[in-house]
Amino acid sequence: MQIPVESLTLPNGLHVVLSEDHTAPIVAVNLWYHVGSANERAGRTGFAHLFEHMLFQGSENVAANEHFECVQRAGGTLNGSTWLDRTNYYETVPSNKLALALWLEADRMARLLPAMTQPKLDTQRDVVKNERLWSVDNQPYGTWWERLPALCYPPSHPFHHSLIGSTDDLDAASLDDIAEFFRTYYTPDNAVLTIAGDVDPVEARALVEAYFGPIPRGQGRPALPDMTVPFTFGAPLREVVEDSCALPRVFVASRIPVLGSDAYYDASVLSSILGLRTGSRFEQSLVRAQRVASSASCFTFDLSKGADLFVADVTALADIGADVLEAAVHAELDRVVAHGVTQAEVDRAVALMETHFVTSLQSAAERADQLSRFATYFGDPQLVNAQPARYRAVTAARVSAFATTYLQPDNRATLLYVPAESASADASIEVAA
Amino acid sequence: MMLDAPARPGPTAPRPYHFPRFETHVLPNGIRVVVAPVHAHPVVTILAVVDAGATRDPAGKHGLAVLTGRALSEGTVTMTALQLAERTESLGTVLDTGADWDSSIVQLTALTARASDAFAVLAEVLRQPSFPAVEMQRLVEERLSDLTQIRAEPRGLADVALNRLLYAPSSRFARLAGGDETSVATITREDVVAFHTEHFRPDATALLVVGDCTPEEAVRLATMHLGDWAGRTPPAPVPDASPRFMDRRVHLVDKPDAQQAEMRLGHVAVPRAHPDYFPLVVMNAILGGLFSSRLNLNLREAHGYTYGAHSAFDWRRAASPFEISSAVQTDKCADAVREALHEVERMRTHAVSDEELSLAVSYLDGVFPIRFETTAAIASGLANVEIFRLPPSYFDTYRAHVRAVTAADVLRVAQTHLDPARLQVVIVGPAETLQPALEALDIGPVTVHPPTDELFAD
Repeated sequence: MQIPVESLTLPNGLHVVLSEDHTAPIVAVNLWYHVGSANERAGRTGFAHLFEHMLFQGSENVAANEHFECVQRAGGTLNGSTWLDRTNYYETVPSNKLALALWLEADRMARLLPAMTQPKLDTQRDVVKNERLWSVDNQPYGTWWERLPALCYPPSHPFHHSLIGSTDDLDAASLDDIAEFFRTYYTPDNAVLTIAGDVDPVEARALVEAYFGPIPRGQGRPALPDMTVPFTFGAPLREVVEDSCALPRVFVASRIPVLGSDAYYDASVLSSILGLRTGSRFEQSLVRAQRVASSASCFTFDLSKGADLFVADVTALADIGADVLEAAVHAELDRVVAHGVTQAEVDRAVALMETHFVTSLQSAAERADQLSRFATYFGDPQLVNAQPARYRAVTAARVSAFATTYLQPDNRATLLYVPAESASADASIEVAA
Repeated sequence: MMLDAPARPGPTAPRPYHFPRFETHVLPNGIRVVVAPVHAHPVVTILAVVDAGATRDPAGKHGLAVLTGRALSEGTVTMTALQLAERTESLGTVLDTGADWDSSIVQLTALTARASDAFAVLAEVLRQPSFPAVEMQRLVEERLSDLTQIRAEPRGLADVALNRLLYAPSSRFARLAGGDETSVATITREDVVAFHTEHFRPDATALLVVGDCTPEEAVRLATMHLGDWAGRTPPAPVPDASPRFMDRRVHLVDKPDAQQAEMRLGHVAVPRAHPDYFPLVVMNAILGGLFSSRLNLNLREAHGYTYGAHSAFDWRRAASPFEISSAVQTDKCADAVREALHEVERMRTHAVSDEELSLAVSYLDGVFPIRFETTAAIASGLANVEIFRLPPSYFDTYRAHVRAVTAADVLRVAQTHLDPARLQVVIVGPAETLQPALEALDIGPVTVHPPTDELFAD
């Protein structure tokens, strides 16, 4: 299966990707800005995400929350999301409302600042603090997705700090910060606009040129600090966290090459071999044969700069101690390092990936997001169509070599959650380097 | 420097859309084969839906239907659990099996080239599961682990407590569909085998085939693999869906270490097949279904109490719960409850504005094609037609039904089916600070429960 892709760059630097598919009269508009929490300056953790909220608070010709209302009134769905190194905004609308969706995105890219006010910022700050409480602080294990990067990247590294940010830093954010961040990062030459679905490329191009063409190029985004890190951690890392949870849960992360590298595909296949579905090793060994885990999975963070992370995520079965769980997960990693994987295991993983690739791309929003992703990180949306071949090129020998290179004990960071009541009082936080 | 903005554009002419055409073939043994050919992508979803939901659990065996559903993928008469997983996953697909209140399902999505092999696997799982004792024991232990997790988590506690308090103790709906520690511990392999034998029958089964497949091929495969399946299913029970309380009460579940208050307001409403379904869906969109709903604009955008506030009907064949849910800043919890109640009251006292009505209607109308982009979504929609016994024209008339809803309809259904005087309010959070604030609201008696209270220990 091949997704049709047309690509052009406006004189102001906006990378535009078009993908025609007339199956249904709907179209997805997807805008990636190449900015995320990694771009935040010291004392402003969480700002990229707070800023994403502010993009729904109106622009010169759109009232607060009118963006949401307009798209929903058009019969569309929409949202935005912030990640370590990108922020995206997207809507899927009936295809006869494409112009409206583009106009809304262009108005906020061109004319956001006149709509920014202190009361709006104050309210969204409260909303984000509640989002933090809901997704991080009041959830068992909810802190894992800020503790794990903090454990795995050195304090000076742009991926070290929390994406959703600290309450103090959110309090410090000002309208001046909004203006500066907007002018620096929300520029056409720092964005990819993808339109996928029931679209006439000639008409779409004319709309894009009319709405986005006049927006001036940015001043050039400031360079990120150096993202380079040593090849591996160099020594085992470990942190134990007492949490308001019922069962122990362990995350074991390894530092691996970035998204898009050959090793990334080896890692992705290995993550399926170890942790995807019933036939995976973790399910067969940890959940079924040994009966130490109630659930187990494995994934990569998919970071395209510096270094990516390969993560095993395993939750204990009731009455299984944290030490037993932790030892069992490390033993599985030791086993794959020592003995590698079989071709049958690779074939299973690749077969699952192929089906997932086709089924997920039935959705216009998903097609658009993947095109934006490859255009943003690698400058080439056509790479989407190369994905199945890159997976099929992975062999058992490659995956085994990957495990030997990257999953050794000195490249494992262990983040262990233990139920608060059962942990000893003086072991609340323990970091071994 | 500000750029002059181009004028806000209007829509162009809409392109037509219709829900995928489907054909229904009833095999001689009663199995309904519903086929929707969609050839856009080389992929097929096969979904078997069986009239074997948790409402059929025998007394004292709560959780049997859900456990049976989960156990279907644990092996067949010709394959162990591991062999079944290897067979399925080497075909690049995954068996999704399970049960909810009204039905059990077995589902998979495969590439066209592997669809007929995948069909054979699905049919064997449906008809001839082996329920190995060792796997059954493991599933029970995993359920107990799940319960431990649910009871430690504020959202889980709030959801369990609400359903326990909405429905009378005699109702199956007051207990978790998946069963509790006591009931699950009594379930034996023989119970599972008996449940499967009794309820997994061709006349209780609809097989939905959606995607890159012709009706002839789907019927041929169904006949080959399921044509000689025999037996008849017992009639569906009429479940007790009576409410527990007739007056408004506040139930505070004390979680002293909670960082936020989980808030639920709800009462038992009407069954899915109610004639007021479309006005209720529009009413709910305005109250708490959309981002621009009254609840979200009030609690989130005007006050910043929360990351989000929503309302929904949890539709089932029997009288279904209406629920408002949010997670709010603890010191604003009483304010949030007051505002939520105010919004429910307001739905019943004043007609919605033209603006609000047109937003909800045009959203539900316009988003309809976006809901059915994938073969899995289409199959799921067709499964609802089977489970809720909706007319075959349901999807072809859906948009017209939505567009026909008026502000007077919305007001009428709010007055008929929303009852603020019967709402049960469930809060999970630190009682020390929440109790005085909730009592000061004076909206009903406040009872404080420890999270381990017998009342919630399903």
